[in-house]
Amino acid sequence: MSAVGEVFQLIPPRAPPVATEGVLPWLRRNLFSDLWNTLGTLLVLALLATYLPPLFEWAAWNAVARPDNAACRALEHTGACWGVVGEKYRLILFGRYPYAEQWRPLVATALMIALLAASCYRPFWKRWLIALWIVVLAVFFVLMFGGAFGLTFVETARWGGLPLTIMLSTLGLVTAFPLSVLVALGRRSRMPGIRTLCVLYVELIRGVPLISVLFMASFMFPLFMPAGMTIDVLLRVQVGISLFSAAYLAEVVRGGLQALPRGQVEAAQSLGLSYWQTTRKVVLPQALRLVVPAIMNTFIGTFKDTSLVTIVSLYDLTGALQLALGDSDWRKFFLEGQLFVAAIYFVCCFAMSRYSRWIERHLNTGTRRN
Amino acid sequence: MAAPSKHFRWSWRSASFRSLVYQIVAVLLVVAAGWYLVHNTLQNMRVRGIQSGFDFLLQPAGFAISESLFEFDSAETYARAFLIGLSNTLRVAIVGIVLATILGALVGIGRLSKNFLLRSLCGVYVETFRNVPLLLQLFIWYFVLTEFLPPIDEALQPLPHVFFSKNGLQYPIPFWAMGHVWLALGALVGCVGAWGWARFARRRFEATGRALPVFVPGLAFLVVGGVLGWLAGGAPSALDLPERTEITVVGGGAVTPEFLTVLIGLTLYTASYIAEIVRGGIQAVAFGQHEAAAALGLSRTQEVRLVLLPQALRVIIPPITSQYLNLTKNSSLAVAVGYPELVSISTTTLNQTGRAIEAISLVMLCYLTLSLLTAAIMNWYNRRSAIRER
Repeated sequence: MSAVGEVFQLIPPRAPPVATEGVLPWLRRNLFSDLWNTLGTLLVLALLATYLPPLFEWAAWNAVARPDNAACRALEHTGACWGVVGEKYRLILFGRYPYAEQWRPLVATALMIALLAASCYRPFWKRWLIALWIVVLAVFFVLMFGGAFGLTFVETARWGGLPLTIMLSTLGLVTAFPLSVLVALGRRSRMPGIRTLCVLYVELIRGVPLISVLFMASFMFPLFMPAGMTIDVLLRVQVGISLFSAAYLAEVVRGGLQALPRGQVEAAQSLGLSYWQTTRKVVLPQALRLVVPAIMNTFIGTFKDTSLVTIVSLYDLTGALQLALGDSDWRKFFLEGQLFVAAIYFVCCFAMSRYSRWIERHLNTGTRRN
Repeated sequence: MAAPSKHFRWSWRSASFRSLVYQIVAVLLVVAAGWYLVHNTLQNMRVRGIQSGFDFLLQPAGFAISESLFEFDSAETYARAFLIGLSNTLRVAIVGIVLATILGALVGIGRLSKNFLLRSLCGVYVETFRNVPLLLQLFIWYFVLTEFLPPIDEALQPLPHVFFSKNGLQYPIPFWAMGHVWLALGALVGCVGAWGWARFARRRFEATGRALPVFVPGLAFLVVGGVLGWLAGGAPSALDLPERTEITVVGGGAVTPEFLTVLIGLTLYTASYIAEIVRGGIQAVAFGQHEAAAALGLSRTQEVRLVLLPQALRVIIPPITSQYLNLTKNSSLAVAVGYPELVSISTTTLNQTGRAIEAISLVMLCYLTLSLLTAAIMNWYNRRSAIRER
């Protein structure tokens, strides 16, 4: 026994492996891994403990949810008055559109949103989607304008709210897209005259703020037209937004064109394809696929930028809010209305940016090497 | 894309002839459209009796500007009013750029933190501020600053001699003295000293391979230079302190709620974009670089300074510059809350004189100049910092 004990030293049992899964290890790894991490955790917790309870108290505990002006006034800003949303949501969402007819913008907007969502879904990326777009846009305008099928006519001056925001941004992108492809191609053209025109257009537009383009559309444009000819202000602003986003989109498309290996064009040329054949069948399908996420981001930008039409007195979602809360009874509760509108913008933009990130991962998987 | 044939012939079959025709047609179309618009405009102006020309710039403006860096009197000219507007734009843009860069860099690094709470907090910040239109954010801040804050006679006092109320922020500023020029001179000499030290350190590093610290000595040069200059100038230390009286607060420096609204709005909005750029830039440095630095035995500080930052900055700087330009252009939204910047001055001018074309084109010209200047500087920087390939 003793001989054995001298020759064979018993190895003490090893400590069991440290658990790496489960709640406690996760906490240790993510919150308390070292001194700085622990300090950071404590600091953030202290901040949250200081600011969350009063916020919660204002937003939920003391809040009034009924559209009751007297109860809201009694709060004196110690609690939120969400009743303002219940009282004013029709005005915020649809602006000055005639009250009895507001089912029309509702249906039109729902159709448009459904189509936008469908267009994000890859199996729908077919030729008939373009036809569907034309049909839905036609239905949208018939519903909004009326004057046919027994619908009363509603002039554009009374359009407002969410339909206007969605129309300005969607039409802005749809009309800007073909122009931007042409400009991007022109910027890479070998012809100096055409290249200069395209560069001038892109750099001029990108160098000035959107608000100055909108001012131009609403104040200067009437002077440009021949005497007696007037163009609806909504259309002018829409054209302004389209021209503006086309310049940004052109840069996005140019990025896609530049990313395409030169060999693709050379291969197409060696097959004897003409310039337009090369562009249509080889260059654009590949280049545009590369930039779908970036196009999506441009769309998010345009969607947010449409809020600027408020400054030239159109009542989009932001403008309709200013209109809705203008009366003295509810003025004090602007913040609640603003947060409601901000939430609408947030949901739309957040969904789109998630989609952009998703499509980035799922598109081009065949050609990507990493 | 097809290479034009080398030989020019007067024939539709010659590619260079075709491209010449295309270009002439395109340019002619644009010129014709421009001529048509100008023609209509001139005719409309004649019919409606609108005066044109930039002569109004020399006439007295006749309106007051609520806040400016320089004195402005309503009897002064429109031209000066425009300059004041431009200075207000630049003031809010420059302060905003500095603050947004600091906040954006902190949040961007915070999003890569090991700490879950910090990481998510930064993520929530970025997603919230990126996904709501800036104009709406400005409206929200303006409402909060003018409705939720106490009136000036009950102003909040977060720090001694700093007052925060519906009338804006009031804070102590030093009384103007000649000594401040000396301070600036001293700091300038300190800068030169720091630059010389950095040069010396680099020479030394290249000659001996021994790295000297640069940042702390450089800072020391700057601070010591500034302090020496301040002492040489007689050490002026008198402060103009705002004081509370019965009904209001007097003295000190002040900024209006409009300025604060625009500054806070632009800073928080742009910082959320800068944070994403910074995060992307840091993540763009391959992990192998970190391993290689560790294998060479570089310390964590050396790794960040010599390996991580030079590579990350090359990715970060171009998009961050376009964010700076965006911030400057977005400052035009200040017109919505009544901050008297360039666009706001030009709309007032437009309403008073009716010269829409002149007022709007002046604004566009100012922004265009700013953009093109920045673009030129950026192109120069990009050429300098581009990786030298074979």
